[in-house]
Amino acid sequence: MTQPSRTVLLLGAIAAALLVSGCEREARRFATPPPPQVASAARLGLLQPATPQQGEVRLATVKASPYDGNAYGVNQGKRLYRWYNCSGCHALNGGGAIGPPLIDPEWKYGSDPASIYASIVQGRPEGMPSFGGHIPQDQVWQIVSYLRSMGAGK
Amino acid sequence: MTPPHSVYDAAGVQSAEILQLWHVIAWTCAVVFAAIVLVLLVAIWRAPRSSRETAPDLSGVDTPERGPRRSVTGAVIASVLALFALVVASVVSDRALARMSLVDAVNIQVTAHQWWWTAQYLNGPVSQTFVTANEIHIPVGKPVLLTLKADDVIHSLWVPSLAGKKDLIPGRTSKMHFRADRPGVYRGQCAEFCGLEHALMGLLVIAEPQAQFDAWASAQRNPAPSPTEAKTIRGRDLFQSQSCALCHAVQGTIANAQHGPDLTHVATRQTLASLAIPNSRAQLTAWISDPQKIKPGTNMPATPLSAADLDALVAYLETLK
Repeated sequence: MTQPSRTVLLLGAIAAALLVSGCEREARRFATPPPPQVASAARLGLLQPATPQQGEVRLATVKASPYDGNAYGVNQGKRLYRWYNCSGCHALNGGGAIGPPLIDPEWKYGSDPASIYASIVQGRPEGMPSFGGHIPQDQVWQIVSYLRSMGAGK
Repeated sequence: MTPPHSVYDAAGVQSAEILQLWHVIAWTCAVVFAAIVLVLLVAIWRAPRSSRETAPDLSGVDTPERGPRRSVTGAVIASVLALFALVVASVVSDRALARMSLVDAVNIQVTAHQWWWTAQYLNGPVSQTFVTANEIHIPVGKPVLLTLKADDVIHSLWVPSLAGKKDLIPGRTSKMHFRADRPGVYRGQCAEFCGLEHALMGLLVIAEPQAQFDAWASAQRNPAPSPTEAKTIRGRDLFQSQSCALCHAVQGTIANAQHGPDLTHVATRQTLASLAIPNSRAQLTAWISDPQKIKPGTNMPATPLSAADLDALVAYLETLK
């Protein structure tokens, strides 16, 4: 029996490495992180501002989105970008309309993941509403990853 | 919890027709299979045999079989006739299915989503239309015309007790019609793999007498009742101020988003999450606090709420009758 040549072995090893490197890209996790203890969030009337929420409006303590480089998370972010009507102001693919574009490198309030997270959760002056307490943390990170994948701040 | 999902439990003209075709095809195939097995057994029985002492008698092997042409011709003719009979049966059934009268039909637009169904009742002027989810009520003995659409990927609607399958394809509209001839609760299911929770994408079709259906429909047209107690009022405010209102609609309140099932009359439905769980207080609480445990991958996120808030929210949802 002839031994496979060195080139064939090497090519096989490279192909296997390429295949394995794709494994993490599509990883999905469905376990929800345990919810923080939250105080009552009830409002007495529609016009009364919501009570300050320590649980969710708190700024991110991590610097990167857990979904960066994860195809599933980025895809979910794209869906949520439309569902939650980010596209209503920033345009369907982030080109900008009433709101500023999200695909250019210059961002008023910073385009690093933690700053984007803060912009979504806290809102910004001149029209960006605060989504803290409405969009769950996990989904905010998915949106952040989607924006970063579109070229934000690159 | 759910009724049987069976082609044999035919409850309408369309499904009865399909069942009849099934019987014709199944019996024809059974007879053909039995004939082939029989011929095989005869061949085995006729084969030369040996015992411990004597060698098999192979003298006949070299002489050709009598009349091979006749047997082959006979088998070919029998096959052609059987296949032709099946084609005729199929065409006859198809025409019978298409012949059902649609006069005075109940028009419902069914839209499939990952992984649940919207049903929009279109009869009458716009003020008479209404939307519900995962549960279709129909009057017994009246034709029903479904307009099928898909929101995201290809789905397929299959209610075996009432009709055959039909695909729901994004960007296209298909139609399906059937009639329920006896009252009952019939199970439907997505029959085209559509993603992670394809298996938990069920649908209930509830056939009831006309008067009962009319009462149900007029109740569905009403906006949600306003909460009266302090607890349920708090629940409504939570619904509007938390993440619920970003995806769900409750007619009569400011919650008007269309991404999740319409919850205007959610308390009248038998199940939650497209037949995944029965609609009870405990299950609803578990579902809101972490849907991913019950239906991993579902688009509904967990909502972190304090125990008192969750209780108030569930109490409010239970008033939505």
